[in-house]
Amino acid sequence: MSTIDARFKLDWPGFSLDVDLILPGRGVSALFGHSGSGKTTLLRCLAGLERAAHGRLCFKGEIWQDEHHWLPTHRRPLGYVFQEASLFPHLSVLGNLDFGRKRASTVNRIALEQAIELLGIGHLLQRKPDGLSGGERQRVAIARALAAGPQILLMDEPLAALDLKRKQEILPYLERLHDQLEIPVIYVSHAPDEVARLADHIVALDGGRVVAAGPLAETLARIDLPIRLGEDVGVVLDASVDEIDADWQLMRVAFAGGSLWTRQRDLPPGRRVRVRVLARDVSLAIDEPGRSSIQNVLPARVEAIAADEHPGLLLVRVTVGASRLVARVTRRSADQLGIAPGSAVHVQVKSVALME
Amino acid sequence: MLTETDLQAIWLTVRLAGITTLILLLIGTPVAWWLARSRAWWKGPVGAVVALPLVLPPSVLGFYLLLAMGPHGPVGQFTQSLGLGTLPFTFWGLVVASVFYSLPFMVQPLQNAFEAIGERPLEVAATLRASPFDTFFSVVLPLARPGFITAGILTFAHTVGEFGVVLMIGGNIPGVTRVASVQIYDHVEAMEYADAHRLAAVMLVFSFAVLLALYAWRPNPKKGA
Repeated sequence: MSTIDARFKLDWPGFSLDVDLILPGRGVSALFGHSGSGKTTLLRCLAGLERAAHGRLCFKGEIWQDEHHWLPTHRRPLGYVFQEASLFPHLSVLGNLDFGRKRASTVNRIALEQAIELLGIGHLLQRKPDGLSGGERQRVAIARALAAGPQILLMDEPLAALDLKRKQEILPYLERLHDQLEIPVIYVSHAPDEVARLADHIVALDGGRVVAAGPLAETLARIDLPIRLGEDVGVVLDASVDEIDADWQLMRVAFAGGSLWTRQRDLPPGRRVRVRVLARDVSLAIDEPGRSSIQNVLPARVEAIAADEHPGLLLVRVTVGASRLVARVTRRSADQLGIAPGSAVHVQVKSVALME
Repeated sequence: MLTETDLQAIWLTVRLAGITTLILLLIGTPVAWWLARSRAWWKGPVGAVVALPLVLPPSVLGFYLLLAMGPHGPVGQFTQSLGLGTLPFTFWGLVVASVFYSLPFMVQPLQNAFEAIGERPLEVAATLRASPFDTFFSVVLPLARPGFITAGILTFAHTVGEFGVVLMIGGNIPGVTRVASVQIYDHVEAMEYADAHRLAAVMLVFSFAVLLALYAWRPNPKKGA
């Protein structure tokens, strides 16, 4: 019983939510969807900030909501990070951190020091929130949620209110959370790159309904996903640094089924990394390409073909060993090459994004 | 210089305004909180009743209070049954009347302050294990502090400036119900213009100082953090 079992039915004018989910009790689960898809409402239902008329929520065997029970938010051992940091302006950073910690039960208390260290805010403790930058505030807000020793961390687009630079500032901290936290994290986002970077598990929502759910790599490789991702269609591979070519400033990462060359980064061999390959950067060839600027050519087999958003395009899912890639090709080229499920092809990968 | 009765009147006024402000802090805070948070349909009517003293002539308010607190009114019957006699023409009668008369000056600034806080800090507090009661004292009160200062000063000053209701309820009993504004009226009636001047000047300076303090100390609206 280490899972989160959630069922919510809610009817508002112009919006309804109807979900029935089992979320893993470990790792980062992304609630993903466009605005209005109900992802934030679902998160608020999990926190008890919204009360679905019909709902059942069982957190690791403990009933938080059903027909007879309702555990109010302040009695749920959770941490919640809002889109805007929402720090208490009348308290210092330390006062904010202490707010939840003082009220938490002594069991499951993550040391305050650990939260401060994890988010790198030790130098800010005596400051008032209005003297902090947007990125610093959000880091304090995350640390505040953690300092209360939650058994689950809920995050509602914690990066959405920040500009690109601040996002880049916070993402490494979120990755550290991902690596070091023992508790499950539910992360709401509409940004595919954040999801690809941080999530282990994905729940795609559209119009208040779950349209896809499952482990990240598997779910992203589905080419029939009913939500429009546009240029962000692609897969995520778990890989490790395999070889470094210092002369050419390149680095090879190996995944189950092959390896890819990418720009060298300051990472030691053996280091585990996550690699994102977008469908638009993958092309297909029947014959092994001869002289080409593209360094990454892998033998593959076509598994499935599906229509893309544009009628002139197709998404082709191929298997490379035990892994899957998705390629975006024109309908005409697929026809001319005679590509069909089962065809042997060569995939050419033009670019990969490395996420530590 | 101010006469003995002038000083007595001023002390009575300060006592009346102080007690009224304290009572209204206790009554007005929950009323304002409810008005700021409730979505009940009768929130509108309640808000209108609270605001009535702003537009009613004090004599009208005083008249109804006099009837209610008189020997045949519901409040009068109640106080008599408790063996307290009736409230009109007593200091505590004035306090009750002032509480009604100054109610909007306490409730409205507090309601505005509570509304300005918004939903978010309350939700944040709940996710940090604070019960609603705890949240009120640890988050709402500190954030609404400027509202409390404004409401307290306005209520006090408005009660000091009360005249019509006092005449209706309290009459003009030295040391019991003769507050400064009534004392000035008496001086003028008796053609004691010099005495009226002195007391009027005290009231003027006091009122100006209060308003000056209110506008000078009012903190800038804080940016949400």
